[in-house]
Amino acid sequence: MTEGIRQKAHIEFRLNDEAVEVAFAPHKTLLEVLREDLNLTGTKHGCELGECGTCTVLVDGRAVLSCLVLGLDVEGREVTTVEGMAEEGRLHPLQDTFADLGAAQCGYCTPGFLLVAKELLEANPQPSREEIKEALAGNLCRCTGYIKIYEAVELAAARMRGEEARPAKEIIYGYE
Amino acid sequence: MNRFEWTDAATVHEAISQLNGRAVVKAGGVDLLDRLKEGLEAPQRLVNIRNIRGLDRIEEGKDGLRIGPLVTLARLSEDKLVLERYTALAQAAGRAATPQIRNMATAGGNLLQRPRCWYFRQEEFHCRRKGGERCFALDGENQYHAIFDNQLCAIVHPSALAVPLMAFGARVVLTGSKGAREVELERFFVTPEQDIMRENIIAPDELITEIKVPRLQPATRSFYIKQGEKESFDWPVADVCAVLQTKGNVCLKASIVLGAAAPVPWRASKAEASLAGKVINEQSAREAARLSMEGATPLAQNRYKLAVFEAIVRRAILRQASS
Ligand SMILES: Cc1cc2nc3c(=O)[nH]c(=O)nc-3n(C[C@H](O)[C@H](O)[C@H](O)COP(=O)(O)OP(=O)(O)OC[C@H]3O[C@@H](n4cnc5c(N)ncnc54)[C@H](O)[C@@H]3O)c2cc1C
Ligand code: FES
Ligand code: FES
Repeated sequence: MTEGIRQKAHIEFRLNDEAVEVAFAPHKTLLEVLREDLNLTGTKHGCELGECGTCTVLVDGRAVLSCLVLGLDVEGREVTTVEGMAEEGRLHPLQDTFADLGAAQCGYCTPGFLLVAKELLEANPQPSREEIKEALAGNLCRCTGYIKIYEAVELAAARMRGEEARPAKEIIYGYE
Repeated sequence: MNRFEWTDAATVHEAISQLNGRAVVKAGGVDLLDRLKEGLEAPQRLVNIRNIRGLDRIEEGKDGLRIGPLVTLARLSEDKLVLERYTALAQAAGRAATPQIRNMATAGGNLLQRPRCWYFRQEEFHCRRKGGERCFALDGENQYHAIFDNQLCAIVHPSALAVPLMAFGARVVLTGSKGAREVELERFFVTPEQDIMRENIIAPDELITEIKVPRLQPATRSFYIKQGEKESFDWPVADVCAVLQTKGNVCLKASIVLGAAAPVPWRASKAEASLAGKVINEQSAREAARLSMEGATPLAQNRYKLAVFEAIVRRAILRQASS
């Protein structure tokens, strides 16, 4: 259907398991719509060029970059942001392990990493270190050096598989 | 970004009927949004083709593989049929960009994305490809630029999928207001000498509606190698696809295409000819790799690419002997 130049686009979609309706200027990216029109500022604004991954959200379960998706593009779709990861007041296992293992320092990259890791673990409950690296290759972190992030994903994966996993001592206290 | 009208097309016909004036197609939007944000163009209307049904199939028929233009790079890289039979295509799709981008980017959009030359991408540089007087790369920062056919404009063609698709002899189906036509990829891309303002021959009112990869000859294998600057995601500084038909360890026919080498995907004809009828071994692979760089005209900062190409061409050939 064609529509002329409008001041506002008006769409409905599902956001973090709830139906939402929102009106916004039609040229806005999904990133801008989430942050400015829906006040969900968990999704971060980084490079705007598709290179850093911090703006990652899930659309119909797949990780995409909200800086390169138009708001208009998610009409009728299912969007998950970091705000939608906790369930019934309990953090997602990935959020727990990222916090416990120091996988978040300044935290700016964290929402993006969490969502890509969630997509990975839903498709592959027991990923190898290589598979984790590959899945997270589109996300940059300036603080952690990535090792803590890989360890946090591995620990969350084990817990989500129902294993009673604890981090190795050296992960918390450092290596000799 | 400028303000624009939005058409959410439900059918190919509807999309084509909207492609007049200053309208532009949007598929995954990865390339288009980047261009709009940079102010490289200001279309009046975006025609969204993402929701057209039936354009996202991967099917194998009698005459080969048919790929819908909306198939994402992620799907191409995971598809069992593609992985098994058209291995290099899955490898190229899986090595391009980042996982998130591969979830968004479509095959059609990948072939039609505009160059990534940093002068072209910046609004301030009015280069030849944008109707200006000069190519800023020729005596500027040109470490990632072309080593062949780089006299007028030194862009490299950005599409990873074009490299294996051209090596496989693929064709694209273009559908427009006057009907459909089928074009070999080899004739689809245009050099700067042919037309410096564009990279291919698609008309403004046409869509890529299918990509056709011909059925492979028996005992044909393919391999794709991408060399980036970093181990993690990166654009290639050099990439190659080698498709070899063999009998025992003798090469009957070779098709070798280089990416990030020229303004179009670059066929290494001399290398192909040198392999035909030869036993595939270190010596013949080395010779073919050397010939693949014959005639190169590197710029001040990209001579290093010659050694990189020689190495990956040789490896891509030898991988077939060992597989
Ligand atoms: C950080 C980063 C790294 C990247 N690395 C790589 C890489 O290593 N290799 C690589 O190949 N690419 C890479 N890319 C580019 C990316 O793969 C392309 O931008 C993407 O494939 C474009 O597809 P799309 O569906 O998003 O196209 P869109 O942006 O929707 O469209 C691209 C162009 O094609 C036109 N178009 C699209 N589909 C059709 C159709 N069916 N018919 C007619 N016209 C059409 C549009 O009008 C537009 O001009 C990278 C991008 C980023 C941001
Ligand atoms: S802000 Fe989207 S990838 Fe960096
Ligand atoms: S924790 Fe600071 S960028 Fe990753």
